[in-house]
Amino acid sequence: MKSLLPLAIVLLLSAAFGFWFNASRGRIKGAKSAHQAAPALTEAELGTSFGSRVTLLQFSSAFCSPCRATRALLADVTADMPDVVHVDMDAESHLDLVNRLNIISTPTTLILNSRGVEVGRAIGAAKRSQVIDALAAIA
Amino acid sequence: MTTTNTVATDTSVKLIDARGPRFGAVITTVVLAISLVTHSALLIALQLVVFAIGAFISPTKSPYSFLYKKFVKPRLSGDVPTEDVRPPQFAQLVGFLFAVTALGGSIAGSSAVFTVAVSFCLAAAFLNAAFDFCLGCQIYLLSKRLTHR
Repeated sequence: MKSLLPLAIVLLLSAAFGFWFNASRGRIKGAKSAHQAAPALTEAELGTSFGSRVTLLQFSSAFCSPCRATRALLADVTADMPDVVHVDMDAESHLDLVNRLNIISTPTTLILNSRGVEVGRAIGAAKRSQVIDALAAIA
Repeated sequence: MTTTNTVATDTSVKLIDARGPRFGAVITTVVLAISLVTHSALLIALQLVVFAIGAFISPTKSPYSFLYKKFVKPRLSGDVPTEDVRPPQFAQLVGFLFAVTALGGSIAGSSAVFTVAVSFCLAAAFLNAAFDFCLGCQIYLLSKRLTHR
């Protein structure tokens, strides 16, 4: 039997990180000075037209369970919103775009306005109530 | 409204019971914790074999998955939450790499390498078990970005 100290340190740090991480995931953060910013990407890069009000651009990857859940959630929330478009993009096959938009982890969901300008982003699994509130806040 | 899907291979995804890997992470946490305290290279070697089966064959073929199916699953009721098999498989591969490092350190006589590698491995397993932390979500894309161009 050696020291219990390394075990105590690892469990304590991991637990602190875990609580912080779970609390911060999915929180939608607004972008600064969205009114004068350039579009995040072109419609050609998006692969479809922007939504007439909002586009939810989700970045997903293969080794990511919450990506599936987020995709189902966003598809469900936007199902009866004809002015909102949800695009689920494979991050790995769009690395230039991922670098330019600084996507670090998956899922990351960008909220784009009608011109394709980023007005907010949620890192981690999206939360239903927050998505609904964010969509309602965009004219 | 429209969901344009550009995630390749989504239709051919193999789905498994999501609670299996989570249960495996609990046992892995306990094994790694004991190994960290006792500096047991034997335990790490055993855990290394478990990681290797999960990473290179399938997480559903791991001994911990067998325990789950035999003793835990029969006691659970309700809907089975499913998940893509690839995220837990990726996590097993990361665990395998940490375990190889730890065992290598132990064989080379470096208890510092052993302690650090087992600590990281334990942190990942504990986060997975306690918080459903998804390792692949955090590091896979980052590793792709770092090797891009």
